Amino acid sequence: MIVIEHLSKWYGKNEVVKDFSLDIAEGESVALWGPNGAGKTTVVRAMLGLVAYQGRIEIGGLDAATHGKSTRRAMGYVPQELSFYDEMTVYDLLDYSAALRDIPTDRVDEVCELVELTDHAGKRVRELSGGLKQRLGIAIALFPDPPILLLDEPTSNLDAKSRDAAIGLLQGLRAEGRTLVVTSHHVEEMAMLVDRVVAMEEGAIKVICDPSDLAEELGLRAWLHLILPNGSDVEALRVLHKQGFSAKLNSRGLLVEVSAQGKGEAVAALQRAGVVIEDLEVWR
Amino acid sequence: MTAAQIETVTERLQPSLVGVIAGKEIRDAVASKWFWMWTVAFAGLAAFMAAAALPGSQVAGFGSFGRTAASLVALSQIIIPLMGLTLGAYSIAGQRESGALRFLLSHPISRSEAFIGTYLGLAVALGATVFGGFGVAGVITVAQGGGADASSFVRIALLSWLLAISMLGFGMLISTFTRRGNAALGVSIFVWLVFAFLGDLGVMATSVATKLPMWGLLVSAVLNPVEAFRLASLTAFSGSLDVLGPAGRYAVDTFGDQLGWILFTVATVWAVIPTLAAWARFSSGGDV
Repeated sequence: MIVIEHLSKWYGKNEVVKDFSLDIAEGESVALWGPNGAGKTTVVRAMLGLVAYQGRIEIGGLDAATHGKSTRRAMGYVPQELSFYDEMTVYDLLDYSAALRDIPTDRVDEVCELVELTDHAGKRVRELSGGLKQRLGIAIALFPDPPILLLDEPTSNLDAKSRDAAIGLLQGLRAEGRTLVVTSHHVEEMAMLVDRVVAMEEGAIKVICDPSDLAEELGLRAWLHLILPNGSDVEALRVLHKQGFSAKLNSRGLLVEVSAQGKGEAVAALQRAGVVIEDLEVWR
Repeated sequence: MTAAQIETVTERLQPSLVGVIAGKEIRDAVASKWFWMWTVAFAGLAAFMAAAALPGSQVAGFGSFGRTAASLVALSQIIIPLMGLTLGAYSIAGQRESGALRFLLSHPISRSEAFIGTYLGLAVALGATVFGGFGVAGVITVAQGGGADASSFVRIALLSWLLAISMLGFGMLISTFTRRGNAALGVSIFVWLVFAFLGDLGVMATSVATKLPMWGLLVSAVLNPVEAFRLASLTAFSGSLDVLGPAGRYAVDTFGDQLGWILFTVATVWAVIPTLAAWARFSSGGDV
């Protein structure tokens, strides 16, 4: 469905994407993962023809460089930077996007309802919160009903509830057999949304793996923040150090460094030693 | 929808898409305070100049209509380039800076459709300002019994619009080179100063310093699009180019009745060249 061969992109003397090659099958869901500046967004923009590039990108058998209108027609896009025409109303913006895609206007109402934007349809885009803008971006990407969705950090501006709703929506789209290309910082999110993760670093592919293996492959670490009853933190620290964990006290509890797959081990060690855990958070 | 259903669409220019984009530009212009500021300022100044031309008097060889027309040409050569340049300069650079251009070009449209739609929309908006201003001046002139030569008046209005879209083309050319809206505006104001004031002084200085021949002076004058517009407009209502001195008389003697058409063609070329250059630059596929 999507074939990227030897994609390179230079900004001045800085090569931001280096010899990037990837095949994505029809109906497959792939995440581009990496820190800021890894080149994920540039790859997505190259697929849309928004940046000049070296190499070849094929979408549905068509060269994106020479068949840009056809390939863009097959793709819905949620940008990372949610920049639209700020003075337009939500409805007018969707209506304009529909006209540019030659889509009937009644689909605008349908999509507004799907992403719960109906109550905000009369607002100007500049009046929307980050979360509402994100929903607008998803609405714009969805309403041409495209076989491919490019989602550049699709949940980055959403609160927990909206994020769950968006993930549910995207899981539904994945189940329908659409091809998804998602960029995200969230490992857990990717596990719910994609079949493969392409980890990028400094513009190059570092590893391609199953999302459940990503943390292990990359040696990702996390911190467990444990809230313990008064007086038990010193005992907890002793138990954890004895088990080989790196742990330290902070003002509100105990911080334990764990591997991405080893969070349960620290908790189990404390429970075996009879230490009560009142609450815990995972920090990355 | 699956891969088998990916439909190919024509990669050729689709007038319907150009129309959608042009329509949005026109709606944006009508909703913009800048558009109304320019329109009211131009119409107000045109009205003032038409009213100030005393009916029946003869000054500098022009009748009242001639003086109204001369005043409008002088007004147009200052105000219209500023309007066209700034509007054009902000068009693409402003959208690029805000990120809206990326949104637009992520749709199944070509860059040519985006450019031409934007250009046409702004050209129509400028037309509304120019013809509105000339319309107001025409009504006042006729109401004062100014004995207007309607065809000359219309020709000057058309030339003014030609100047507006020429400057729009230059503005959009600046816009394609600039990533920031305010930087594009700054460059456009500098270009306006060159066209409206410094270019004229340059030609005068060059002609004195180098003792340009008559034809050389004429050519160097029309190398400035604003000056080409002024000469074409003066020819349109007076039939002479006495303002250019001996070079003007040389032009009239050499080209006779064809002079008006020649200058109109030069003004048209000045409307086309920067627009084509801007279109080529924008459509070349650089980063958005």
